[in-house]
Amino acid sequence: MASFKFKNVYLGDTSTISGVNEKINTKFSISDYFDGEKTSEDAEVKMQKIVLKDISKKNKIDVMLSADLSNQTGISNKAASEFPNSHLGLYSACASFAEGLIVAGSLIGSAQNVQNACVTVSSHNLSAERTFRYPIEYGSPRRVTQNFTATGAAAAIVTKDPTNIKIESCTIGKVTDYGIKDANNMGAIMAPSAARTIIEHLNDTKRSANYYDLILTGDLGTLGSELMMTLLEKNDITLKNHIDAGAELIVDKKLTDQGASGPVCLPLYFIEKVLKEKKYKRILIVGTGALQNQTLVNQKNTLPSVSHAVSIEVI
Amino acid sequence: MDKKEYNDLVTSKSKNPNILEDAFISFLAGGVLGAFYEILTCWYIEMFNLTDQIALGWSCLTFIAIAVILTGFAVFDDIVAKFKFGVIIPITGFAHSVASALIDYRRDGFITGLGANMFKLAGSVILFGSVSAFLFAIVKVIIYG
Repeated sequence: MASFKFKNVYLGDTSTISGVNEKINTKFSISDYFDGEKTSEDAEVKMQKIVLKDISKKNKIDVMLSADLSNQTGISNKAASEFPNSHLGLYSACASFAEGLIVAGSLIGSAQNVQNACVTVSSHNLSAERTFRYPIEYGSPRRVTQNFTATGAAAAIVTKDPTNIKIESCTIGKVTDYGIKDANNMGAIMAPSAARTIIEHLNDTKRSANYYDLILTGDLGTLGSELMMTLLEKNDITLKNHIDAGAELIVDKKLTDQGASGPVCLPLYFIEKVLKEKKYKRILIVGTGALQNQTLVNQKNTLPSVSHAVSIEVI
Repeated sequence: MDKKEYNDLVTSKSKNPNILEDAFISFLAGGVLGAFYEILTCWYIEMFNLTDQIALGWSCLTFIAIAVILTGFAVFDDIVAKFKFGVIIPITGFAHSVASALIDYRRDGFITGLGANMFKLAGSVILFGSVSAFLFAIVKVIIYG
């Protein structure tokens, strides 16, 4: 059983921070990639701390769940060490925010004494480049299929207290491997799992794609979105109301043809654009994650991906 | 859609539409760089009365110095974005890869950072460069004696 419904789980306060290349207005922003710190990793830790401090001012946090792209989620752990809350580290690459909402929602539903859970995700362009690609300063020309990791952090409270944003149901994705070996083509890696999760969610909940006012995917990019559409059309599903957060977040053609990637894309766009616009009532957010591991990539393995879907109702 | 069909679709969609344009720019940029190299070498020979071999070495060092300085000031990335592999394939690209690795790992310690990662990309160039030089030298000895 991959899909289930939540009872009385709501999305509370949010806090966001973003870098210079992201075309979005966030609560906080950093002036450059380092923001006064010595390394990009320190800057990413600082971003997580800023959003966590901001959110813990107004809310009592019972458990924190955080995710990022660094090895062994070092950045989340470093940031969490500064807070007195219980902490769960998560990783499903760029699908982490959706995973966080699912785990937080389940915790709140099952544990009596968990009132508020805080889901935090972050990514930093330079830290990600260093983890997954060349030395960061190595200016090799970017491929047409390559995404550009977004810089930023986002924290959201998942709570029992009723608010006007309800987390209604979710679908936990299945890890999908369609035999793509090119780590620079993340859209192609993630598209099959995104399509699979959407199909399963619609089947399990017996809804049609038109039930949702908006289907928001994480960071498929323009090519990934196109591939996902093709895959869905083979299954007789046409999405008219689809937006890809990554493709909308970075539109600078000098940086990338595809758009942004990273776990922070989805929450940044969702919190700062979709929720603020108040245009959509029923929203399906689909976090899409390419599960790469540098050692496995170098050993010429095919790359799997996972996507998790969370259905959200704005009341 | 099965895996093979999907892979074919991805391959057909992932092609660089400007590949000929990029190749042409790289070709021109590389050629211009080579011409400058020749001019510089001739100039060294004239100015300092050097032999061909020494002057070539000097030009090489000049190019390396320029590439490293431009990398340090974060200008090289913009040049690569414009001139593509025309500036990566010559010695400038090699210098850039070493300098960028050094900038990148400057906070990771001398042994585990700088020492271990300095030739992260350049190491393979050195290794396979030496190996192929050795092989070609053998071929040369066999043919020309």
